[in-house]
Amino acid sequence: MRKCSLDSINKIFGKIAETNKLYLPVDGSDGVAVYTKWEEGKEWSNALNTVRSPKDFFFPQVENLMEFKTSGKNIELTDIREEAEDFVIFGVRACDVRSFDILDRVFLTDPVDSFYASRREHGVIVSVACSKPSETCFCQTFDNIDATNPLGDVTAWKTEDSVYFKANTEKGEAFMKKIESLTEECDDTAVAAEKDKIAAIMKKLPLKDLSADAFGGGKTDTFFNVPEWDELSATCLGCGTCTFVCPTCQCYDIKDFNTGNGVIRYRCWDSCMYSEFTKMAHGNNRLSQKERFRQRFMHKLVYYPENNEGIFGCVGCGRCLAKCPISMNIVKVMKKIGGKVNE
Amino acid sequence: MQKITRDQLVEKAVALLSDGTVSAVLGWSRGEFDYDITPAVFKSAEEVKENFVWNDFCGANFSKYLVAQTGKVEGKILVFLKPCDTYSFNQLLTEHRFDREKVYAVGIPCEGMADIAKVREIVGDGIVSIEDDGESLKVSTLYADAPVLVGAKDVMAERCVNCKSKKHVAFDELMGEDGEVIESARFDEVARLEAMTPDERFLFWQNELSRCIRCNACRDACPACTCEKCVFDNPDSAVENKAPANSFEEKMFHIIRAFHVAGRCTDCGECSRVCPQNIPLHLLNRKFIKDINEFYGEYQAGAEVGSRAPLVDYTTEDLEPGEVFERGDQDA
Repeated sequence: MRKCSLDSINKIFGKIAETNKLYLPVDGSDGVAVYTKWEEGKEWSNALNTVRSPKDFFFPQVENLMEFKTSGKNIELTDIREEAEDFVIFGVRACDVRSFDILDRVFLTDPVDSFYASRREHGVIVSVACSKPSETCFCQTFDNIDATNPLGDVTAWKTEDSVYFKANTEKGEAFMKKIESLTEECDDTAVAAEKDKIAAIMKKLPLKDLSADAFGGGKTDTFFNVPEWDELSATCLGCGTCTFVCPTCQCYDIKDFNTGNGVIRYRCWDSCMYSEFTKMAHGNNRLSQKERFRQRFMHKLVYYPENNEGIFGCVGCGRCLAKCPISMNIVKVMKKIGGKVNE
Repeated sequence: MQKITRDQLVEKAVALLSDGTVSAVLGWSRGEFDYDITPAVFKSAEEVKENFVWNDFCGANFSKYLVAQTGKVEGKILVFLKPCDTYSFNQLLTEHRFDREKVYAVGIPCEGMADIAKVREIVGDGIVSIEDDGESLKVSTLYADAPVLVGAKDVMAERCVNCKSKKHVAFDELMGEDGEVIESARFDEVARLEAMTPDERFLFWQNELSRCIRCNACRDACPACTCEKCVFDNPDSAVENKAPANSFEEKMFHIIRAFHVAGRCTDCGECSRVCPQNIPLHLLNRKFIKDINEFYGEYQAGAEVGSRAPLVDYTTEDLEPGEVFERGDQDA
């Protein structure tokens, strides 16, 4: 384990930025943290998290896939992919680190999504423990997320005056090597104390007892037709906020943009809340907002775990709790239709 | 902060459900916390008694829900309307968007709603309870040893600070005292933007709109956006898009939307309230309202049912297009 003083963290950022693009949460003009490319003068935000999750780095909201140009009877096809280079995402929270595993299971299983895979390969993730979790946090509901000790290539802990680093992977070792001259070797006393402090707060979180045990693979018949969906979805606006701020929502559409003399084929996030989601030649298979709403929660709580060894498609980051215009969210759904509180 | 109490509203809803005046109630339903309130359709007195809530976080404007809900409910639906909501209510009636006969509207006074983001700015994260203390909110957090008292005025939502009216322009029944139309400072920020150079103004909107994630929450919450199929959702429209293909388009979405609701927007402020990216979208709409006022005389959409908006009406007093052009030229 190594450490540096909090005052000198910008030196570390500067060192990394010499060789790699470095992204980290920075407070925007409206005071809301957003992942921003670091340059001199940018300060690491104190916010618990960003509104937009870091999934953008691997699965951007819009990306061009290829370009067709036509002239006469000829069609020219260009691979317009940009050469990926190594980059660092700094300050990723435990929930968001876990979300990458959930995305991996979709994009890295056969057929592998080469666009996603390339970015994943080039990304170095430096996570940071959650010194001040929010009341909307419920990562404890799900397995393999530890806010006191997040995963990632490097784990960092930020205390009042210092930042501590521990490498977890080869990529992480390389990162540590790079900042070696700016950090000093230390024991884990301070980190152990920080972990205890966080663990004590986690025990006080209002959603600490939320359980997902009632859900999981094989539960489609149990939940698909419960009457509560009507009530839960009654005032859903059908906007895409929950899906777009969600770190694990992975649905996308592929569309063609007419450039005048050709086509740019691009991929963009899609939302199961939208009326034209998965519209097919025969029309749409989910005609009401209730069906669209149900799809989102069934996907996270039943279908995804069914296809992925019981792993839920939610990491408890709480973004949908904070951002849904009608304050309807997965916690309310879980409590209403079956999530039992641990005794 | 609110003068009318939750118990009074519950009593009213229960009475109207019990005597058969209405068969459903559009109201605010309790959340996990004291601020995450969900609009709900209550079908029974028991549900109302258990989950109905009324506090400083009941900002949602129910008028638009009437478009969908009046078609679903047998008999009448009770809707509670704050003064600003009644303008949207009238505007929707003007546009024949729901059946007035299917609605029982109860006007309720509003002292202004709180913005949870402003509360967080003061007390920080980890809010576990918020109690109304009359003039202030008593906020308990995971991190402060004692509850923090926050002045209601200090955390009031922008649209309520600049409240345009405490007067109800539509209702079947009114609870509490009715208020007056207010001379607000709501156009001050627009005037500030107008005073900028075109480059400064472009930069301002560039910065704001570049945060857009195209979630459509502004459109979906907007009571003036009630098209059965929005052009941006129609795959056959050639402008349908789930994401901005480029930055030009990203800006155009909001500008086109602002044009579409011009003259119909009542300035309810729902667009900015629901924006997950804190984009001050209401300023685009207010610019149109301000221009309409200046070009055609004072006009408030929704002030009465059936009024003809200046942009779809013609009078011989109307401003000549050339004068608009000249004015635009001066601003530039």
